[in-house]
Amino acid sequence: MSYGRFIVMCIAVVSIGLCLCFSGLAESGQQAAEMSPDSSATPWWVWPLVLFVVTFVLGIAAVLGGVGGGVLFVPIIGGFFPFHLDFVRGAGLLVALAGALAAGPGLLKKGMADLRLAIPVAVIASSCAIVGAMIGLALPANVIQTALGITILGIVAIMLIAKKSEYPDVKQADALSTALRINGIYHEVSTGQEVNWKVHRTPQGLATFIIIGVMAGMFGLGAGWANVPVLNLLMGAPLKVSVATSKFLLSITDASAAWIYVNNGAVLPMMVVPSIIGIMLGSIVGVRILAKTKPTAIRYMVICLLLFAGTRALLKGLAIWK
Amino acid sequence: MEKKLKATEEQLTYAKILDMGMKIGLLALIITFIVYISGVLTPHIPVNDISKYWGMPVHQYLEAANIPHGWGWLGMIGKGDFLNFTGIAFLAGITVICYIAIIPILFRKKDTVYGVLAIVEVLVLVLAASGILKSGGH
Repeated sequence: MSYGRFIVMCIAVVSIGLCLCFSGLAESGQQAAEMSPDSSATPWWVWPLVLFVVTFVLGIAAVLGGVGGGVLFVPIIGGFFPFHLDFVRGAGLLVALAGALAAGPGLLKKGMADLRLAIPVAVIASSCAIVGAMIGLALPANVIQTALGITILGIVAIMLIAKKSEYPDVKQADALSTALRINGIYHEVSTGQEVNWKVHRTPQGLATFIIIGVMAGMFGLGAGWANVPVLNLLMGAPLKVSVATSKFLLSITDASAAWIYVNNGAVLPMMVVPSIIGIMLGSIVGVRILAKTKPTAIRYMVICLLLFAGTRALLKGLAIWK
Repeated sequence: MEKKLKATEEQLTYAKILDMGMKIGLLALIITFIVYISGVLTPHIPVNDISKYWGMPVHQYLEAANIPHGWGWLGMIGKGDFLNFTGIAFLAGITVICYIAIIPILFRKKDTVYGVLAIVEVLVLVLAASGILKSGGH
Protein backbone atom coordinates (compact mmCIF):
# COMPACT_ATOMS: atom_id res chain seq x y z
CA MET A 1 0.00 0.00 0.00
CA SER A 2 1.40 3.41 -0.94
CA TYR A 3 2.11 6.08 1.66
CA GLY A 4 -0.55 8.34 0.18
CA ARG A 5 -3.28 5.69 0.29
CA PHE A 6 -2.32 4.80 3.84
CA ILE A 7 -2.69 8.43 4.94
CA VAL A 8 -6.05 8.75 3.14
CA MET A 9 -7.33 5.63 4.86
CA CYS A 10 -6.04 6.74 8.25
CA ILE A 11 -7.70 10.15 7.99
CA ALA A 12 -10.95 8.62 6.73
CA VAL A 13 -11.08 6.05 9.52
CA VAL A 14 -10.12 8.57 12.21
CA SER A 15 -12.63 11.16 10.95
CA ILE A 16 -15.57 8.77 10.76
CA GLY A 17 -14.58 7.06 14.02
CA LEU A 18 -14.30 10.36 15.86
CA CYS A 19 -17.65 11.58 14.51
CA LEU A 20 -19.48 8.40 15.54
CA CYS A 21 -17.69 8.13 18.89
CA PHE A 22 -18.31 11.75 19.87
CA SER A 23 -21.85 11.63 18.57
CA GLY A 24 -22.49 8.81 21.07
CA LEU A 25 -20.64 10.69 23.81
CA ALA A 26 -22.65 13.83 23.08
CA GLU A 27 -25.91 11.90 23.25
CA SER A 28 -25.04 10.32 26.61
CA GLY A 29 -23.87 13.69 27.92
CA GLN A 30 -27.11 15.35 26.89
CA GLN A 31 -29.16 12.55 28.43
CA ALA A 32 -27.23 12.89 31.69
CA ALA A 33 -27.72 16.63 31.67
CA GLU A 34 -31.45 16.21 31.10
CA MET A 35 -31.75 13.68 33.93
CA SER A 36 -29.66 15.65 36.38
CA PRO A 37 -29.11 19.28 35.46
CA ASP A 38 -26.73 19.83 38.37
CA SER A 39 -24.24 17.20 37.34
CA SER A 40 -22.56 16.21 34.10
CA ALA A 41 -21.58 12.62 33.29
CA THR A 42 -18.50 13.72 31.34
CA PRO A 43 -15.59 15.50 33.09
CA TRP A 44 -15.23 19.10 31.86
CA TRP A 45 -11.78 18.59 30.32
CA VAL A 46 -12.96 15.81 27.96
CA TRP A 47 -14.73 18.14 25.53
CA PRO A 48 -11.94 20.66 24.93
CA LEU A 49 -9.56 17.72 24.52
CA VAL A 50 -11.93 16.03 22.06
CA LEU A 51 -12.36 19.33 20.21
CA PHE A 52 -8.60 19.71 19.97
CA VAL A 53 -8.19 16.18 18.54
CA VAL A 54 -11.06 16.54 16.06
CA THR A 55 -10.01 20.00 14.88
CA PHE A 56 -6.43 18.75 14.51
CA VAL A 57 -7.72 16.05 12.11
CA LEU A 58 -9.97 18.61 10.40
CA GLY A 59 -6.97 20.92 9.99
CA ILE A 60 -5.09 18.17 8.14
CA ALA A 61 -8.14 17.26 6.04
CA ALA A 62 -8.83 20.92 5.18
CA VAL A 63 -5.34 21.50 3.78
CA LEU A 64 -5.32 18.23 1.84
CA GLY A 65 -8.88 18.75 0.59
CA GLY A 66 -8.25 22.35 -0.44
CA VAL A 67 -11.01 23.80 1.73
CA GLY A 68 -11.08 26.23 4.64
CA GLY A 69 -11.26 25.02 8.24
CA GLY A 70 -14.60 26.73 8.91
CA VAL A 71 -16.47 24.86 6.20
CA LEU A 72 -15.58 21.52 7.84
CA PHE A 73 -15.78 22.78 11.44
CA VAL A 74 -19.36 24.09 11.53
CA PRO A 75 -21.29 21.13 10.04
CA ILE A 76 -19.19 18.47 11.79
CA ILE A 77 -19.00 20.08 15.25
CA GLY A 78 -22.59 21.34 14.90
CA GLY A 79 -23.86 17.93 13.82
CA PHE A 80 -22.05 15.58 16.20
CA PHE A 81 -21.21 17.59 19.32
CA PRO A 82 -23.46 18.78 22.16
CA PHE A 83 -22.80 22.48 21.57
CA HIS A 84 -25.60 24.77 20.43
CA LEU A 85 -25.27 25.92 16.84
CA ASP A 86 -24.96 29.57 17.97
CA PHE A 87 -21.66 28.79 19.72
CA VAL A 88 -20.49 26.49 16.92
CA ARG A 89 -20.94 29.25 14.34
CA GLY A 90 -19.16 31.77 16.56
CA ALA A 91 -16.26 29.35 17.00
CA GLY A 92 -16.33 28.49 13.26
CA LEU A 93 -15.86 32.14 12.34
CA LEU A 94 -12.97 32.55 14.77
CA VAL A 95 -11.35 29.34 13.48
CA ALA A 96 -11.61 30.63 9.89
CA LEU A 97 -10.42 34.09 11.03
CA ALA A 98 -7.35 32.68 12.82
CA GLY A 99 -6.41 30.64 9.75
CA ALA A 100 -6.75 33.69 7.50
CA LEU A 101 -4.76 35.90 9.88
CA ALA A 102 -1.97 33.33 9.96
CA ALA A 103 -1.81 32.98 6.17
CA GLY A 104 -2.51 36.62 5.27
CA PRO A 105 0.86 38.28 5.95
CA GLY A 106 2.84 35.77 3.87
CA LEU A 107 0.40 35.93 0.98
CA LEU A 108 0.47 39.74 0.98
CA LYS A 109 4.25 39.96 1.20
CA LYS A 110 4.71 37.56 -1.74
CA GLY A 111 2.21 39.58 -3.77
CA MET A 112 -0.05 36.54 -4.22
CA ALA A 113 -2.94 38.14 -2.33
CA ASP A 114 -3.79 41.47 -3.92
CA LEU A 115 -4.89 44.35 -1.72
CA ARG A 116 -6.38 46.32 -4.64
CA LEU A 117 -8.59 43.37 -5.52
CA ALA A 118 -9.46 42.68 -1.89
CA ILE A 119 -10.36 46.19 -0.63
CA PRO A 120 -13.52 46.85 -2.72
CA VAL A 121 -14.69 43.25 -2.27
CA ALA A 122 -14.06 43.41 1.48
CA VAL A 123 -16.23 46.50 1.96
CA ILE A 124 -19.21 44.68 0.47
CA ALA A 125 -18.55 41.23 1.96
CA SER A 126 -17.82 42.47 5.50
CA SER A 127 -20.89 44.75 5.59
CA CYS A 128 -23.09 41.90 4.43
CA ALA A 129 -21.43 39.44 6.84
CA ILE A 130 -22.65 41.67 9.70
CA VAL A 131 -26.19 41.43 8.34
CA GLY A 132 -25.79 37.65 7.93
CA ALA A 133 -24.52 37.23 11.50
CA MET A 134 -27.47 39.20 12.87
CA ILE A 135 -29.95 37.18 10.82
CA GLY A 136 -28.25 33.94 11.91
CA LEU A 137 -28.47 34.80 15.60
CA ALA A 138 -32.10 35.88 15.28
CA LEU A 139 -33.40 32.76 13.50
CA PRO A 140 -34.37 29.53 15.31
CA ALA A 141 -31.64 26.86 15.42
CA ASN A 142 -33.64 24.33 13.35
CA VAL A 143 -34.08 26.85 10.52
CA ILE A 144 -30.34 27.65 10.53
CA GLN A 145 -29.49 23.95 10.80
CA THR A 146 -31.69 23.12 7.77
CA ALA A 147 -30.31 26.03 5.73
CA LEU A 148 -26.78 25.01 6.75
CA GLY A 149 -27.43 21.46 5.53
CA ILE A 150 -28.67 22.76 2.17
CA THR A 151 -25.67 25.12 1.91
CA ILE A 152 -23.16 22.37 2.69
CA LEU A 153 -24.75 20.10 0.08
CA GLY A 154 -24.55 23.05 -2.35
CA ILE A 155 -20.85 23.43 -1.52
CA VAL A 156 -20.38 19.71 -2.28
CA ALA A 157 -22.02 20.30 -5.68
CA ILE A 158 -19.76 23.32 -6.32
CA MET A 159 -16.69 21.28 -5.39
CA LEU A 160 -17.71 18.50 -7.76
CA ILE A 161 -18.92 20.60 -10.69
CA ALA A 162 -16.97 23.88 -10.70
CA LYS A 163 -13.88 23.86 -12.86
CA LYS A 164 -10.87 25.98 -12.07
CA SER A 165 -8.93 28.02 -14.54
CA GLU A 166 -5.23 28.49 -13.86
CA TYR A 167 -5.01 31.60 -16.07
CA PRO A 168 -8.49 32.71 -17.20
CA ASP A 169 -8.65 34.44 -20.55
CA VAL A 170 -9.58 38.06 -19.84
CA LYS A 171 -9.58 39.80 -23.20
CA GLN A 172 -10.36 43.24 -21.85
CA ALA A 173 -10.64 44.65 -18.35
CA ASP A 174 -14.02 46.22 -17.62
CA ALA A 175 -14.45 49.94 -16.95
CA LEU A 176 -14.76 49.60 -13.17
CA SER A 177 -11.67 47.44 -12.70
CA THR A 178 -9.74 49.78 -15.02
CA ALA A 179 -10.83 52.80 -12.97
CA LEU A 180 -9.86 51.01 -9.74
CA ARG A 181 -6.61 49.75 -11.31
CA ILE A 182 -7.27 46.16 -10.28
CA ASN A 183 -4.49 44.39 -12.14
CA GLY A 184 -1.00 43.18 -11.50
CA ILE A 185 1.89 40.87 -12.18
CA TYR A 186 2.87 37.97 -10.01
CA HIS A 187 5.88 35.71 -10.17
CA GLU A 188 4.95 32.08 -10.86
CA VAL A 189 7.61 30.08 -9.02
CA SER A 190 6.84 26.76 -10.78
CA THR A 191 7.49 28.16 -14.28
CA GLY A 192 9.68 31.14 -13.40
CA GLN A 193 7.33 33.34 -15.46
CA GLU A 194 5.79 36.67 -14.61
CA VAL A 195 2.05 36.49 -15.08
CA ASN A 196 0.15 39.63 -16.08
CA TRP A 197 -3.41 39.63 -14.90
CA LYS A 198 -6.48 41.82 -15.03
CA VAL A 199 -10.14 41.21 -14.23
CA HIS A 200 -13.50 41.63 -15.93
CA ARG A 201 -17.18 41.48 -14.89
CA THR A 202 -16.28 43.46 -11.76
CA PRO A 203 -19.81 44.81 -11.03
CA GLN A 204 -21.29 41.29 -11.25
CA GLY A 205 -18.48 39.91 -9.09
CA LEU A 206 -18.95 42.60 -6.43
CA ALA A 207 -22.73 41.98 -6.42
CA THR A 208 -22.14 38.27 -5.80
CA PHE A 209 -20.19 39.15 -2.65
CA ILE A 210 -23.42 40.49 -1.13
CA ILE A 211 -24.74 36.92 -0.99
CA ILE A 212 -21.37 35.45 -0.02
CA GLY A 213 -21.02 37.92 2.86
CA VAL A 214 -24.50 37.20 4.21
CA MET A 215 -23.89 33.43 4.06
CA ALA A 216 -20.46 33.73 5.70
CA GLY A 217 -21.92 35.64 8.64
CA MET A 218 -25.06 33.55 8.92
CA PHE A 219 -23.40 30.13 8.96
CA GLY A 220 -19.92 30.97 10.30
CA LEU A 221 -18.40 28.89 7.50
CA GLY A 222 -15.71 31.22 6.22
CA ALA A 223 -16.32 31.78 2.53
CA GLY A 224 -13.33 30.50 0.57
CA TRP A 225 -15.57 27.93 -1.13
CA ALA A 226 -17.49 30.81 -2.74
CA ASN A 227 -14.78 33.48 -2.98
CA VAL A 228 -12.46 31.43 -5.17
CA PRO A 229 -14.97 30.51 -7.93
CA VAL A 230 -16.20 34.13 -8.11
CA LEU A 231 -12.72 35.69 -8.23
CA ASN A 232 -11.37 33.03 -10.59
CA LEU A 233 -14.22 31.96 -12.87
CA LEU A 234 -16.46 35.05 -12.85
CA MET A 235 -13.94 37.89 -12.54
CA GLY A 236 -11.05 36.12 -14.26
CA ALA A 237 -8.27 36.50 -11.68
CA PRO A 238 -5.58 33.78 -11.96
CA LEU A 239 -6.23 30.79 -9.71
CA LYS A 240 -3.32 31.43 -7.34
CA VAL A 241 -4.22 35.11 -6.96
CA SER A 242 -7.87 34.10 -6.37
CA VAL A 243 -7.02 31.51 -3.71
CA ALA A 244 -4.57 33.84 -1.93
CA THR A 245 -6.83 36.90 -2.10
CA SER A 246 -9.79 34.79 -0.92
CA LYS A 247 -7.82 33.57 2.09
CA PHE A 248 -6.79 37.12 2.95
CA LEU A 249 -10.37 38.38 2.44
CA LEU A 250 -11.57 36.00 5.16
CA SER A 251 -9.49 37.93 7.68
CA ILE A 252 -11.70 40.97 6.99
CA THR A 253 -15.10 39.37 6.30
CA ASP A 254 -14.93 36.98 9.23
CA ALA A 255 -13.62 39.69 11.58
CA SER A 256 -16.75 41.80 11.06
CA ALA A 257 -19.09 38.81 11.55
CA ALA A 258 -17.04 37.52 14.50
CA TRP A 259 -17.55 40.82 16.34
CA ILE A 260 -21.33 40.34 16.13
CA TYR A 261 -21.02 36.86 17.65
CA VAL A 262 -18.60 38.12 20.35
CA ASN A 263 -20.82 41.08 21.27
CA ASN A 264 -23.93 38.90 21.37
CA GLY A 265 -22.26 36.38 23.71
CA ALA A 266 -22.03 33.52 21.19
CA VAL A 267 -18.36 32.79 21.88
CA LEU A 268 -17.23 30.28 24.50
CA PRO A 269 -13.46 30.28 25.12
CA MET A 270 -13.66 26.62 26.19
CA MET A 271 -14.71 25.80 22.59
CA VAL A 272 -12.84 28.46 20.65
CA VAL A 273 -9.28 28.16 21.95
CA PRO A 274 -8.80 24.35 21.62
CA SER A 275 -10.44 24.54 18.17
CA ILE A 276 -8.16 27.32 16.90
CA ILE A 277 -5.01 25.64 18.22
CA GLY A 278 -6.11 22.22 16.94
CA ILE A 279 -6.92 23.39 13.43
CA MET A 280 -3.75 25.48 13.13
CA LEU A 281 -1.49 22.61 14.23
CA GLY A 282 -3.44 20.27 11.93
CA SER A 283 -2.90 22.67 9.03
CA ILE A 284 0.85 22.70 9.66
CA VAL A 285 0.92 18.86 9.61
CA GLY A 286 -1.39 18.87 6.57
CA VAL A 287 1.00 21.04 4.58
CA ARG A 288 3.81 18.53 5.29
CA ILE A 289 1.65 15.54 4.28
CA LEU A 290 0.51 17.37 1.14
CA ALA A 291 4.03 17.10 -0.27
CA LYS A 292 3.96 13.30 0.02
CA THR A 293 0.48 12.32 -1.08
CA LYS A 294 -2.04 12.74 -3.89
CA PRO A 295 -4.47 15.50 -2.94
CA THR A 296 -7.16 14.28 -5.39
CA ALA A 297 -7.97 11.19 -3.35
CA ILE A 298 -8.19 13.22 -0.14
CA ARG A 299 -10.27 15.87 -1.87
CA TYR A 300 -12.89 13.19 -2.61
CA MET A 301 -12.68 12.01 0.98
CA VAL A 302 -13.33 15.57 2.19
CA ILE A 303 -16.25 15.84 -0.24
CA CYS A 304 -17.69 12.60 1.22
CA LEU A 305 -17.18 13.98 4.74
CA LEU A 306 -19.00 17.20 3.77
CA LEU A 307 -21.78 15.19 2.10
CA PHE A 308 -22.24 13.21 5.30
CA ALA A 309 -22.10 16.30 7.55
CA GLY A 310 -24.42 18.27 5.24
CA THR A 311 -26.98 15.46 5.19
CA ARG A 312 -26.73 15.19 8.97
CA ALA A 313 -27.29 18.99 9.37
CA LEU A 314 -30.27 18.90 7.00
CA LEU A 315 -31.89 15.91 8.71
CA LYS A 316 -31.15 17.33 12.17
CA GLY A 317 -32.74 20.64 11.15
CA LEU A 318 -35.81 18.82 9.86
CA ALA A 319 -35.91 16.77 13.11
CA ILE A 320 -35.58 13.50 11.12
CA TRP A 321 -32.16 12.54 12.58
CA LYS A 322 -31.89 14.01 16.10
CA MET B 1 -2.24 50.42 -17.27
CA GLU B 2 -0.12 50.41 -14.10
CA LYS B 3 1.69 47.17 -13.42
CA LYS B 4 3.11 46.07 -10.12
CA LEU B 5 5.70 43.34 -9.87
CA LYS B 6 6.32 43.70 -6.15
CA ALA B 7 3.85 44.10 -3.34
CA THR B 8 3.00 47.78 -2.92
CA GLU B 9 4.02 49.90 0.06
CA GLU B 10 0.53 49.78 1.59
CA GLN B 11 0.34 46.02 1.06
CA LEU B 12 3.67 45.47 2.84
CA THR B 13 2.67 47.80 5.70
CA TYR B 14 -0.62 45.93 6.07
CA ALA B 15 1.19 42.56 6.03
CA LYS B 16 3.75 43.66 8.63
CA ILE B 17 1.11 44.83 11.13
CA LEU B 18 -1.10 41.81 10.47
CA ASP B 19 1.82 39.46 11.09
CA MET B 20 2.75 41.12 14.37
CA GLY B 21 -0.87 41.37 15.53
CA MET B 22 -1.64 37.76 14.68
CA LYS B 23 1.36 36.54 16.71
CA ILE B 24 0.52 38.73 19.72
CA GLY B 25 -3.17 37.73 19.56
CA LEU B 26 -2.45 34.03 19.30
CA LEU B 27 0.03 34.17 22.17
CA ALA B 28 -2.49 36.07 24.29
CA LEU B 29 -5.13 33.47 23.42
CA ILE B 30 -2.92 30.58 24.56
CA ILE B 31 -1.67 32.28 27.75
CA THR B 32 -5.14 33.39 28.86
CA PHE B 33 -6.55 29.92 28.16
CA ILE B 34 -3.86 28.35 30.36
CA VAL B 35 -4.76 30.86 33.09
CA TYR B 36 -8.43 29.89 32.63
CA ILE B 37 -8.08 26.10 32.80
CA SER B 38 -5.41 26.15 35.49
CA GLY B 39 -7.79 28.04 37.78
CA VAL B 40 -5.30 30.82 38.56
CA LEU B 41 -8.20 33.26 38.15
CA THR B 42 -11.63 32.04 39.24
CA PRO B 43 -13.93 31.83 36.21
CA HIS B 44 -17.40 33.38 36.16
CA ILE B 45 -18.81 29.97 35.18
CA PRO B 46 -16.98 27.12 36.96
CA VAL B 47 -15.37 24.77 34.43
CA ASN B 48 -17.38 21.86 35.84
CA ASP B 49 -20.63 23.71 35.06
CA ILE B 50 -19.83 24.99 31.55
CA SER B 51 -21.41 21.91 29.92
CA LYS B 52 -24.79 22.94 31.38
CA TYR B 53 -24.72 26.10 29.27
CA TRP B 54 -23.15 25.24 25.92
CA GLY B 55 -26.25 23.40 24.67
CA MET B 56 -28.46 26.46 25.22
CA PRO B 57 -29.32 29.07 22.58
CA VAL B 58 -27.13 32.11 23.18
CA HIS B 59 -29.91 34.37 24.50
CA GLN B 60 -30.92 31.75 27.07
CA TYR B 61 -27.25 31.24 28.03
CA LEU B 62 -26.69 34.95 28.62
CA GLU B 63 -29.75 35.11 30.85
CA ALA B 64 -29.02 31.88 32.75
CA ALA B 65 -25.35 32.71 33.35
CA ASN B 66 -26.01 36.41 33.98
CA ILE B 67 -23.61 37.61 31.29
CA PRO B 68 -23.79 41.13 29.83
CA HIS B 69 -24.04 41.92 26.11
CA GLY B 70 -21.45 43.76 24.05
CA TRP B 71 -18.34 45.04 25.76
CA GLY B 72 -19.74 44.14 29.19
CA TRP B 73 -17.08 41.40 29.33
CA LEU B 74 -14.47 44.10 29.97
CA GLY B 75 -15.96 44.55 33.43
CA MET B 76 -15.45 40.83 34.07
CA ILE B 77 -11.89 40.62 32.81
CA GLY B 78 -10.69 39.54 36.25
CA LYS B 79 -12.56 36.25 35.77
CA GLY B 80 -10.57 33.41 34.18
CA ASP B 81 -13.07 32.72 31.40
CA PHE B 82 -13.58 36.36 30.41
CA LEU B 83 -9.85 37.04 30.39
CA ASN B 84 -9.78 34.93 27.20
CA PHE B 85 -11.78 37.64 25.42
CA THR B 86 -8.71 39.91 25.39
CA GLY B 87 -6.97 37.57 22.91
CA ILE B 88 -10.16 36.98 20.93
CA ALA B 89 -10.90 40.73 20.70
CA PHE B 90 -7.31 41.44 19.70
CA LEU B 91 -7.45 38.90 16.86
CA ALA B 92 -10.81 40.27 15.68
CA GLY B 93 -9.59 43.87 15.96
CA ILE B 94 -6.18 43.69 14.31
CA THR B 95 -7.67 44.26 10.83
CA VAL B 96 -8.90 47.73 11.88
CA ILE B 97 -5.36 48.68 12.93
CA CYS B 98 -3.99 47.43 9.57
CA TYR B 99 -6.52 49.55 7.66
CA ILE B 100 -5.86 52.66 9.78
CA ALA B 101 -2.14 52.28 9.05
CA ILE B 102 -2.57 52.21 5.26
CA ILE B 103 -5.01 55.14 4.98
CA PRO B 104 -2.27 57.85 5.13
CA ILE B 105 -0.17 55.93 2.58
CA LEU B 106 -3.09 55.73 0.15
CA PHE B 107 -3.84 59.46 0.44
CA ARG B 108 -0.15 60.36 0.15
CA LYS B 109 -0.07 58.40 -3.12
CA LYS B 110 -3.22 60.33 -4.19
CA ASP B 111 -5.13 57.06 -4.36
CA THR B 112 -8.24 58.82 -3.08
CA VAL B 113 -10.79 56.15 -4.04
CA TYR B 114 -8.93 53.43 -2.13
CA GLY B 115 -8.30 55.84 0.75
CA VAL B 116 -12.04 56.43 1.03
CA LEU B 117 -12.77 52.69 0.68
CA ALA B 118 -10.31 51.99 3.50
CA ILE B 119 -12.04 54.58 5.70
CA VAL B 120 -15.43 52.97 4.92
CA GLU B 121 -14.01 49.56 5.87
CA VAL B 122 -12.73 50.94 9.19
CA LEU B 123 -16.22 52.35 9.87
CA VAL B 124 -17.84 48.98 9.03
CA LEU B 125 -15.47 47.09 11.35
CA VAL B 126 -15.83 49.65 14.15
CA LEU B 127 -19.62 49.45 13.83
CA ALA B 128 -19.44 45.64 14.07
CA ALA B 129 -17.13 45.86 17.08
CA SER B 130 -19.07 48.62 18.82
CA GLY B 131 -21.71 46.34 20.28
CA ILE B 132 -24.45 48.68 19.03
CA LEU B 133 -25.79 45.98 16.72
CA LYS B 134 -27.80 43.49 18.74
CA SER B 135 -29.60 40.53 17.24
CA GLY B 136 -33.17 39.63 18.13
CA GLY B 137 -33.81 36.58 20.27
CA HIS B 138 -34.98 33.20 19.05
